[in-house]
Amino acid sequence: MTQSNQQQSSANKISLYLMFIVLIVLGLSIVTLFSAVYAYYILDEAIVAGFLIIIGAFALTLSGVVLYQTRRNAATLKNDAPKMMTIIECKNCGTKTTREFQRGDFVFKELDVCQKCSEQKQMITGVYKEIKETGKIYAI
Amino acid sequence: MTLIPISDAITLLVSNAPIYTNQLGGDGGWTSYIGLFSMALFFVMIFYGQRIQSRMMIRDVESSLHKLRFIKDEGRKTAIETLKEAGKPTVDISSRVDRCLDYFTIGPQSMDPAGIVAKLDHILEVRDQRLLDEVRLMAPQCDDVQLHNMENTLEAAMALTYLYKVVRHYYIQGKKTMSLYVIMQLQMVLPLVMKEAEAFSAALTAFSFGQPIGDSVGPLIAGKLMHGYEAHKVYKDCVVATVPFEGRTALVMKAEGPGGNVGKPGDAIEAVIEENEGKIAMLVMIDAGLKLEGETVGDIAEGVGSAIGGPGVDAFKIEEKLVKYKIPINAVIIKEDIGDAVAPMRKEIHDAADKAIERVRELVLERTKEGDTILIFGVGNSIGIGQ
Ligand SMILES: [Zn+2]
Repeated sequence: MTQSNQQQSSANKISLYLMFIVLIVLGLSIVTLFSAVYAYYILDEAIVAGFLIIIGAFALTLSGVVLYQTRRNAATLKNDAPKMMTIIECKNCGTKTTREFQRGDFVFKELDVCQKCSEQKQMITGVYKEIKETGKIYAI
Repeated sequence: MTLIPISDAITLLVSNAPIYTNQLGGDGGWTSYIGLFSMALFFVMIFYGQRIQSRMMIRDVESSLHKLRFIKDEGRKTAIETLKEAGKPTVDISSRVDRCLDYFTIGPQSMDPAGIVAKLDHILEVRDQRLLDEVRLMAPQCDDVQLHNMENTLEAAMALTYLYKVVRHYYIQGKKTMSLYVIMQLQMVLPLVMKEAEAFSAALTAFSFGQPIGDSVGPLIAGKLMHGYEAHKVYKDCVVATVPFEGRTALVMKAEGPGGNVGKPGDAIEAVIEENEGKIAMLVMIDAGLKLEGETVGDIAEGVGSAIGGPGVDAFKIEEKLVKYKIPINAVIIKEDIGDAVAPMRKEIHDAADKAIERVRELVLERTKEGDTILIFGVGNSIGIGQ
């Protein structure tokens, strides 16, 4: 329990550090945009204003993207792993059932007599996990 | 120089801003301060760029290290809990587990490499036995299947502890020296190290529950072939069953399941070949093989050679016997990622088993005559796979 709390706090520390930098960049970019407006209307400097707008917009998008990414990373971390499934088959009638893995299950383990045909014992034919590929697929 | 060209360009642009204002007679104001600031930033970057980069890398490593420590601690906890649950020890085993986690193995001296295989084999055997005894002491009420699962669990926890300690070592060294090159080396391999750590962590859970892992696909295929026929034990934790297969006699072998066990395929194959006086038409080895990025999980590939991992002792022994009796060796591998190999078995890998059997069937039909005796070995950890 304490260990997981520690982990939590260290993760928070890291994201706080990142957040700090992002906020600074965000503030600077807003200042830059303001000075662009200032340069255009008050100083009447179109070129300087143009440069400042480009820089300000660039910094603003950059910090926005970083913020978005950290948000998404946190979301993916919360996703829990898919469960391990046990596949049970009856060799006689071919009934196939799937249930969650229980301790002690193994492939080729014989289970209770099949409820449908009550003749042959059922057997575990597979224990596996179905994982959906989430990463980018590089089709080359 | 470690500046990024884009930031370079921006700094130049901004630093030129006051020039424009001055040229055009404007009174500077904010813009000239920004220009001055970027000038200063430019020089700071020139002199301190590398240092800043080192610090950022150290941050990167630090966050991974925290994660690694978490994974390691979880692993230790799982190992202790599983041992307690299955073995019902009468005393507190935490300190004993900790001692086990620091367990090391020193490889044989290789200055004069003649006969090194036997030495390595001996050391590995002593190590296995020692670990097994250790588990038996910690969990006296374990049955044989659980015993092997516990041993594997402990081994995964050992691997995690070792990874953590090595990464921490280089991290502290990097922090002490503040050398970009020490830190960079660590930071470069870190993604691979983390991938490995996550794989070991997944393996640990699988082992503690007795679930099949990706590497168990070899035993799964062998199990499918031998199921329904009587299997008897051969040398050290391996089983063999005589199975009629397309008019041939197939001696199908695997490590004994469902406990976590890879057996001693080298010695077992040696024993079976000697038992049949070398009259084996072909040896087929089925194993999980590492896939390259871009290949699909569960793809099947065929080739020749002894498809077996580990320190090479088993491959050496098998090859010796094959050469002695001139037995052709074929390999069928099921492609999977390093992470998939030790993580709980994926559906794709499970489904590949039937396809692999078809490939073995084709291979046998094409390359042997009716009435021949062939040897089929499903290599891998047979955790969660019976026979
Ligand atoms: Zn039935």
